[in-house]
Amino acid sequence: MTTLSLAGVAKSFGRVEVLRDVSLTVPAGTRTAVVGASGSGKSTLLRLIAGFERADEGSITLGSTTLAGPGRFVAAHRRGIGYVAQDGALFPHLTVEQNVRFGLPRRHRDPARVREVMELASLDPALAGRYPHQLSGGQQQRVALARALAPRPAVVLLDEPFSALDTGLRDQTRQAVIDALEASDVTTVLVTHDHDEALSFGRQIAVIAAGRLVQSGPPSAVFDNPVSTEIAAFLGAAIVLPASTSGADGVECALGRVPVRHDRTGGGPAARLLLRPAQLGLSPANGTHNAVVEDVRPRGSHAELLLRTAGAAPVLIPLRVPAHEGPSYHAGMTVSVTVTGGGVLYPAD
Amino acid sequence: MSVTSVQTPRRAGRDAGPRPPVALVVVCAALAIVLLVPLGYVVSVVADVGWATLEPLIFRPRVGELLVNTVLLVVLGVPLTVLLGVGGAWLVERTTLPARRFWAVVLVAPLAIPAFVSSYGWASVVPSIHGLSGGLLVSVLAYYPLVYLPAMAAIRGLDPALEESARSLGSSSWAVFGRVVLPQLRLAVLGGGLIVALHLLAEYGAFAFIRFDTFTTAIVVQYQSTFAGPAAGALGVVLSALCLTLLIAEAGARGRARYARIGSGAPRAAVPQRLGAFTPLVLLALAALGVAAVAVPLASVVRWLGRGGGGGAWSQPELPAALTQTVLLAGGGAVAAVLVALPLAWLTARHPGPLARLLEGTSYVAASLPAIIVALALVTVTLRVLPGLYQTAFTVVLAYVMIFLPRALVPLRSGIAQAPVALEETARSLGYTPLVARLRVTLPLLVPSLAAGAALVGLGAANELTATLLLAPTGTRTLATQFWSQASAIDYPAAAPYALLLILLSVPAVALMFAQSRRWGVR
Repeated sequence: MTTLSLAGVAKSFGRVEVLRDVSLTVPAGTRTAVVGASGSGKSTLLRLIAGFERADEGSITLGSTTLAGPGRFVAAHRRGIGYVAQDGALFPHLTVEQNVRFGLPRRHRDPARVREVMELASLDPALAGRYPHQLSGGQQQRVALARALAPRPAVVLLDEPFSALDTGLRDQTRQAVIDALEASDVTTVLVTHDHDEALSFGRQIAVIAAGRLVQSGPPSAVFDNPVSTEIAAFLGAAIVLPASTSGADGVECALGRVPVRHDRTGGGPAARLLLRPAQLGLSPANGTHNAVVEDVRPRGSHAELLLRTAGAAPVLIPLRVPAHEGPSYHAGMTVSVTVTGGGVLYPAD
Repeated sequence: MSVTSVQTPRRAGRDAGPRPPVALVVVCAALAIVLLVPLGYVVSVVADVGWATLEPLIFRPRVGELLVNTVLLVVLGVPLTVLLGVGGAWLVERTTLPARRFWAVVLVAPLAIPAFVSSYGWASVVPSIHGLSGGLLVSVLAYYPLVYLPAMAAIRGLDPALEESARSLGSSSWAVFGRVVLPQLRLAVLGGGLIVALHLLAEYGAFAFIRFDTFTTAIVVQYQSTFAGPAAGALGVVLSALCLTLLIAEAGARGRARYARIGSGAPRAAVPQRLGAFTPLVLLALAALGVAAVAVPLASVVRWLGRGGGGGAWSQPELPAALTQTVLLAGGGAVAAVLVALPLAWLTARHPGPLARLLEGTSYVAASLPAIIVALALVTVTLRVLPGLYQTAFTVVLAYVMIFLPRALVPLRSGIAQAPVALEETARSLGYTPLVARLRVTLPLLVPSLAAGAALVGLGAANELTATLLLAPTGTRTLATQFWSQASAIDYPAAAPYALLLILLSVPAVALMFAQSRRWGVR
């Protein structure tokens, strides 16, 4: 178990700056998910850690060993860092067993170790003699993980390993991988563009946007208190309402007076309030109302309502209700929206 | 009114490939310089001899006559090969033609018969054959498979949904073929047509047999009478200009449209077009083509073998040596071409960019020049600069590399491009150095491409006549040169065993090409 640290890492390809001043610490034996949109630089970050690319600035250290830094670069094959590529990158000319033992030194090619990691990755020993093209996508990814774990690496890097799998298989494979990583106690970094995957992967989440690490911390903390409304929306459905301060116990917005859970205005004037859909309750107007239904769209398991808030500056709010409640609403209907808990307060753009 | 919104982060990404290692660039640049020697020779002829000397040698009635012959050969021959190649491919792949697999093999079979052997077969059956009509007959029958193979691969790769969409929009079968299928075959037809045209310009033996004069036959005659004199050089300049013009014209005609299948998922199998009442007519036409392109040359070889007294023709003392030397020289050429192609293919597949394109382009320029020009260039360079290499096996192998390099380069580049870099990176993350990772992971994946490239070069080298005649060490006998020596002395029975061995040696490589074209088509 070793701590992985990045400090001030930057990387450009030609004139395109891909990463800028990225600093991150992954505590020993923990799992960190790096999440970002396509082209945000997250895969490049992983390649820098693996040693496939050289950083232009900054340093990468593993425990007390500097892997990359001014005047120093440890080649990929000497880092002891396992890597699982997006599609598994299994060697097509080798069987499952040969793939798994590929990274073991000749004198340590103990069949017991191969069996051990295959078991760890929930792989049936009967698959040992098969070739990669004879495996399902999920099996291929688990073989790739077993192969990465076999040499007992200090760190394992996972580059969107579940993105090519279909939904059911993805959840099943992800859980198998998490269980294997848990059991082997290895420091792990996963990169993904899937916020659900990132939020459920491990102890820490790091959000990367336009080549900058914009926020990191425990998943619940980052989701609960994102640094910006953009990050909030990236991590899940977000409702952003214009807000104005009027007293110490909350702010005024289109849905009425709402308490503040986190204040990110830095003492300045409040401008926007972030709420999550789960915080909103909906009921038909009973005398008073604060919104009107604009549209009702059935979506199978649920119905999507588009609400327009009342008042001088109306705001459109998308909201989900269970499918069986959908027929209770129709366009033009007045409704009452209530807010549970507080919101996060942001300054103007 | 305002709505909630998510700001999408600005996209950032890599727009340049990884920089190639300096050593790789240096090696490729050195190879490119060697590959440009024939072109340099042509330029040096113009510079050395001077325009004042060249002008009367170029602008004379004989050159005009050769130009007319050569241009007519290309202008008439290429469309005919396209007609036979595309038509054959369409019949085999997209119609209800009976015994389609049999006809698929029959249509590719002429590739196993060297053009000069085919010419020998026709000259035996029809001794009066000569001139442009004879040249067209022999060359079109020998070279149409060079269009047939890429057309077949392209047709197999077409998405039938496009044709079905065109039909649903009211197009007849012929309109669908003309408006949907043919445009998608453009790259295959242009590429195949270019190769046929270059072969027509470079062919010597087939045309010499039937007394049809082209630039190449005239250059060989000039060379034999005046060695590498200015007259041969002048003809070489015109011939090279024709080849380079064709190369540039083909590149320009390719256009920028996309022809690859765009949809995802596996395409469905096409529903074959019913031939109906045309079936007997089509079968008759295909049978006639098979007889003309395959049966006539084979029957002639068998007939002359019989006339040679059975065992008598096979008891020629030169036969074993010719077979051994053919295998050694062609094998050497194949291995050398693959070794030369490897760094160039690696550079273009792994480090694409203007530099890689430029260096790779030199191999195509060199290969587009006829073998006779390559041979004249190597004769001149070895005599003037490296006399120790004049008429050595090394020079013959070098000529084979220059002439046939693209045959090794294309499959190798494709093989390297299909071996994901992620595999090597994964091997490195498992503790292997970059070199060992390539040897253990990438090289095994390249074996089929290496074998295909070597086989294709070997096939060409085994049948090569012109450069071998000029460059081979004194006393060297290959199957092609021995065949030529006997046949040009009108000793057809003695030539027959060599012809048969050339055909038998070609069969495995042609079978490989056929299998690959069918496989590429369904990717």
